[in-house]
Amino acid sequence: MKVLIPSALQSYTGKAWVEAEGATLGDVLAGLDRQYPGIRFRMVDEQGTIRRHIRFFHCDQMARELSHPLDSVRPLLIVQALSGG
Amino acid sequence: MDSETLQGKQVVLLVATRKGAWLYQADSGRNHWRVDGPHFLGHIINHLVLDPRDGRTLLAAASTGHLGPTIFRSHDLGKTWLEAARPPAFGPAVNGLPARSVAHTFWLAPGPDDERDMWYAGTSPQGLFRSEDGGANWAPFSVINDDPQYREWMGSVQDGTPDGPKLHSIIIDPRDARHIYFAMSGGGVHESLDGGDSFTPLVDGMEVVEGFDTTTITFHDPHCVRLCPSNPDRLYQQNHCGIYRLDRPSRRWQRIGRGMPAEVGDIGFPMVLHPRNDDTAWVFPMDGTDVWPRTSPGGKPAVYCTRDGGDTWHRHDSGMPREQAWWTVKRQAMCADTEPQIGLYFGTTSGELWASRDEGRQWQCIARHLPEIYAVEAASMG
Repeated sequence: MKVLIPSALQSYTGKAWVEAEGATLGDVLAGLDRQYPGIRFRMVDEQGTIRRHIRFFHCDQMARELSHPLDSVRPLLIVQALSGG
Repeated sequence: MDSETLQGKQVVLLVATRKGAWLYQADSGRNHWRVDGPHFLGHIINHLVLDPRDGRTLLAAASTGHLGPTIFRSHDLGKTWLEAARPPAFGPAVNGLPARSVAHTFWLAPGPDDERDMWYAGTSPQGLFRSEDGGANWAPFSVINDDPQYREWMGSVQDGTPDGPKLHSIIIDPRDARHIYFAMSGGGVHESLDGGDSFTPLVDGMEVVEGFDTTTITFHDPHCVRLCPSNPDRLYQQNHCGIYRLDRPSRRWQRIGRGMPAEVGDIGFPMVLHPRNDDTAWVFPMDGTDVWPRTSPGGKPAVYCTRDGGDTWHRHDSGMPREQAWWTVKRQAMCADTEPQIGLYFGTTSGELWASRDEGRQWQCIARHLPEIYAVEAASMG
């Protein structure tokens, strides 16, 4: 599936759109981390909690848990929400 | 100043800020400073440290407003950076204690001289970590991260400093790498004699906020602890409740800040030691009255120096504003170099970088308009 990488994480990918596979949000993030080591920890902490200002959207829904199911047709959008300043 | 590639072997100031890092390289007289940066613009850099064992490797503790914490390292004086493969991270919940996540790495400390790739890190919330491969992979170090007694002493996030409770002041005895100190805000000063297998509190003589019990470790708030490079049996400490000195093997801290002027007090964050004279130290006092403004007392900034181990203190403010300068200097944001005549440096939370070439007698501002300065380290690089 296509994954949109926010600007704050494009230092890992070098581009905005990448490909990753997985049936759940957690699977896709694990796949991303295999391609781009370290990227998952910047979004998900060591206890498996999605970090405070990171948001995931799929099929116009916010994915709040790593177990959130994904289909491979629609893209996963990763958003850096709020913060800055 | 122009941004250029660093070269030669000169004093370099490593400036870590809330919005990135800058390096300032001095000429041979420390009269002019050449800026290199920003590095990591927009990243929160809590600490930037040069490895004194090779004079070339830099480690940076980084995070951003959005992203989790990581550590970058450079082997070419900041031209290129590599991210840690495994940054400091706590383990799963054990001992019935709540699981924790590292918010940021706060303090970086090189290991002993004969362990070239060893580094230590202190985090917020309080955790102690170690890398044995030059900062690429980090693992929890010692038992304290998940020890029920230590977790009690660490308190909760609500007990810590405004941007999170911290483990800091990691000190390796240069004579014995198994002798380790660290401090926690809050949570006291601690010592290991067995390479980190166990730690014990070292708080006798330290005061706490009035009305609280000095025997309760969690109430102790050491802001910065330093070991004398010229005498590893002597430590100095700037605490939430005064300035202290400890001469080993004694376990009792002596409050040496009583000799400070009453209108200035002995509260602040940094503690800076002379590299070759164990009687000489500097502090940057800040207002610790009523709601703890943590600004220069009366809006009149000054460094205070002792040359007799804390018996007497002398004000140094020449070159600084005479009034209406409400500066805050954080615990990692003041340091000394090792030149024949010691240079002193500090950075303010208002983004000014100040320097003295004569051990604090005369000061000049060498940079302004930087982001909030978190740390300033002086190094000899190249």
